[in-house]
Amino acid sequence: MTDLADPHVSGAPGDPPDAPDATHASSHVTSTGISNEKLAMWVFLGSECLLFGGLISTFLLYKEKTADGPKLHDLYDIGFTSISSFVLLMSSLSMVLAVSAIQRGDHRALRSWLLVTALLGSVFISGQAYEFKEFLNEGLGFTTSPASSAFFTLTGFHGAHVTIGIVMLISTLILSLRGRITQEKAEAVEIVGLYWHFVDVVWILVFTIVYLIK
Amino acid sequence: MSTTDGPLALGSGGGLAARPMGVFARPGDTPGWRGWVTTVDHKKIAIMYGAAALFFFVIGGIEALLIRIQLATPNGKLLSADLYNQVFTMHGTTMVFLVVMPIGAAFMNYLMPLQIGARDVAFPRLNALSFWVFLFGGVVLNSSWLLGGGADGGWFNYAPNSGVIFSPTHGIDFWNMGLLLTGIASLAGAINLITTVLNMRAPGMTLMKMPVFTWMSLVTQFLLLFAIPVLTAAQFLLMFDRLFGARFFDVSAGADPLLWEHLFWIFGHPEVYIMILPAFGVISEIIPVFARKPLFGYPFMVFSGIAIGFMGWGVWAHHMFASGIGPISVAAFSISTMFIAVPTGVKILNWLATMWGGKLRFTAPMLYAIGLVTMFTIGGLSGVTHAVAPADTQQTDTYYIVAHFHYVLFGGALFGFIGGWYFWWPKVFGYALSDKVGKANFWVLLLGFNLTFGPMHILGLQGMPRRTYTYRDGYGFNLWNFVSTIGAFLIALSFLVFFWNIWSSRRQAKVANLAMVGDPWDGRSLEWMLPCPTPAHNFDVVPTVRVLDEFWHRKYGEDERGRLVRIAATADVSQHGDATDVHLPSPSYWPIVLAFGLPWVAYGLIYNLWFCVLGAVLIIAGIYGWVMEPATEPGADHGDPDDHGEPHPTDASGDAAATSSTSTEAALVD
Repeated sequence: MTDLADPHVSGAPGDPPDAPDATHASSHVTSTGISNEKLAMWVFLGSECLLFGGLISTFLLYKEKTADGPKLHDLYDIGFTSISSFVLLMSSLSMVLAVSAIQRGDHRALRSWLLVTALLGSVFISGQAYEFKEFLNEGLGFTTSPASSAFFTLTGFHGAHVTIGIVMLISTLILSLRGRITQEKAEAVEIVGLYWHFVDVVWILVFTIVYLIK
Repeated sequence: MSTTDGPLALGSGGGLAARPMGVFARPGDTPGWRGWVTTVDHKKIAIMYGAAALFFFVIGGIEALLIRIQLATPNGKLLSADLYNQVFTMHGTTMVFLVVMPIGAAFMNYLMPLQIGARDVAFPRLNALSFWVFLFGGVVLNSSWLLGGGADGGWFNYAPNSGVIFSPTHGIDFWNMGLLLTGIASLAGAINLITTVLNMRAPGMTLMKMPVFTWMSLVTQFLLLFAIPVLTAAQFLLMFDRLFGARFFDVSAGADPLLWEHLFWIFGHPEVYIMILPAFGVISEIIPVFARKPLFGYPFMVFSGIAIGFMGWGVWAHHMFASGIGPISVAAFSISTMFIAVPTGVKILNWLATMWGGKLRFTAPMLYAIGLVTMFTIGGLSGVTHAVAPADTQQTDTYYIVAHFHYVLFGGALFGFIGGWYFWWPKVFGYALSDKVGKANFWVLLLGFNLTFGPMHILGLQGMPRRTYTYRDGYGFNLWNFVSTIGAFLIALSFLVFFWNIWSSRRQAKVANLAMVGDPWDGRSLEWMLPCPTPAHNFDVVPTVRVLDEFWHRKYGEDERGRLVRIAATADVSQHGDATDVHLPSPSYWPIVLAFGLPWVAYGLIYNLWFCVLGAVLIIAGIYGWVMEPATEPGADHGDPDDHGEPHPTDASGDAAATSSTSTEAALVD
């Protein structure tokens, strides 16, 4: 339990509390040195781990419970899903490049990489929609079996998170085009990036657990 | 404000800065109901949490009285079996989610920023959003009474028993929606308050100089952060089953009926500590003040709280000893449950040791604090008997369990909170509650409480089952049930005394028209440095903290023989509420707009998906309006005539002048 507080322990004992001291000026400095917004995003992502933890546990419990419906592994097209997974992972690279661009003050590169990231994310979502449609055609609906319900819920929650991420990326892009993302505000892009990387990491887990492990 | 320089703050876009986007004119600091609806002040939000919780407490209390009237005599006729199921389910749900949790939230919202020397929480508008979402969640849950009946599966609504086949009304759907909303509120609150404690402490206030209440709040918020999403996941599964025909709990298709129990109790056991730890924090503030001694073993208090927070994740299956989880699981959870009594015992010991040898003043808050220590100990001891799995198998689903959790939740959490009300009432409202009436209130409550729940131990060991709407004559249950019902009405009487105390003390304070002193109890932590009631801006100047109990050490020192001597008059080391050069976040409409979208989504999922579209429009409008609006309106700052939008002279990154007037906070709530 380390304490990262910025110590201003300079006052002598009995220092009158209303003496002008350094505290007034320094209250922009947070106790941890991490900005409120970034810390809040980390805390939020910690919470998300448990949400996906609950859904992944449910899937692990139910993946064999296919009732009368088709077995999940008979339907998977590992090649196709590997390609869309690769696309999503590459979007993390372009996200890093976007953050790096704004930190350098390169607004054109920022916009390009934000757009690329959003497009790669959209390709992934389109792939997921196509896959869902194929599964429906093969007779695996949301209500077919406990396994299918768990599959669509877990991958669907992930897809919803990616979609929200795309909306955040496009919103950031629009704000940048309107001149509202200055170099000093690079951290806003970084925070969007944190969310985006988290969603990618979750997909690595989901892809491994849902598709690869038999 | 350190919050006004968020990274999502809008750039210095020239003309854009002067007139931020928005369809609403920015609300000013208006008095009356509009001031409350648009407020982002953590103190006003805390008061609203408390008021809403008391309102729901009355509803939950009426439900409790209905249960007790039904069970007062054998073959009770007041409630049908079906209605009884709804009443006890809604009583439990209301008391847990809409009473104890929000009272805790009220204390944490009000006190934590004051105790760490902050102007507000890290995200003031997110704080307002938390409250409104909680309130709408409570309304959605209780609206089920008017729309076909409440949930009827017990507060934990075990699936598959809570599926459409066994519970065809919409009651459980309302339960699901209402608690999803309060879950969103708790999650947003947890993110907000964790960030606040970690990031916004006054200079010099290291973690181990924080008051114990703040520590317990921090642990509670971490528990909420990790427990709520598990419940949310489980509720989504149940919702998909009930509304969209998913098969998560369809046992005929191979579903596992233990899934819900596991998910629910992984949330549910940390939830127990979410409810009790804030009350532990409250009395850890009260007892040292009225014993005039520092808290005994402060680091042990802190670390035992953290230990409870960690171990609380490893005991959930003791709620499931009778469900057939297997002998190894039962043994493991039995042992871990016995272990968790250790840090709790440390706390009890430290409160006793704090009182030992102290100059005790038996004021109303102190009585409630002692009430918590004693009543919680009784509840804790019966809790240890549940840890013994063979005994628990006998106790499961009997009134013995009901006795246990009322001793820890009512005798623990609520006693602590009522003590906290008596203790901090002057700080919040600027007048003190009558101590004399408070003591009478306490003794009536203590008597009523023990009459109500004490006999339930006996009833439970005699075999009286929970959640059964009546019992027959001749089982030997008659006497203690009747005693219990009398006790319940005494509890109701004690709360009437409490409400009367609020009303009469307020009237007397108005007649006497005396200014409340800032430090009526000779307090220890930073909030007592401030005038009563707390001014809108909290601290005139943020104090520099050198020691634990900083305010006390500014008032008192020691002579060469180690005796307590006063070194400064309280007035000389207190703050006076002069707001010069203080900038506060501006009120906003967006939190309530965003929150108002959510009940439409909830009703839409139950009745007609078109309502969801309306809700989604409100939510999206709320989010974008929020992000586009700066946290502090340019020119609306407090007491700074030539406003140049620069709250503080310098900033670490040196860009305060460029950005602070147009900044906004991150709206990162999904």
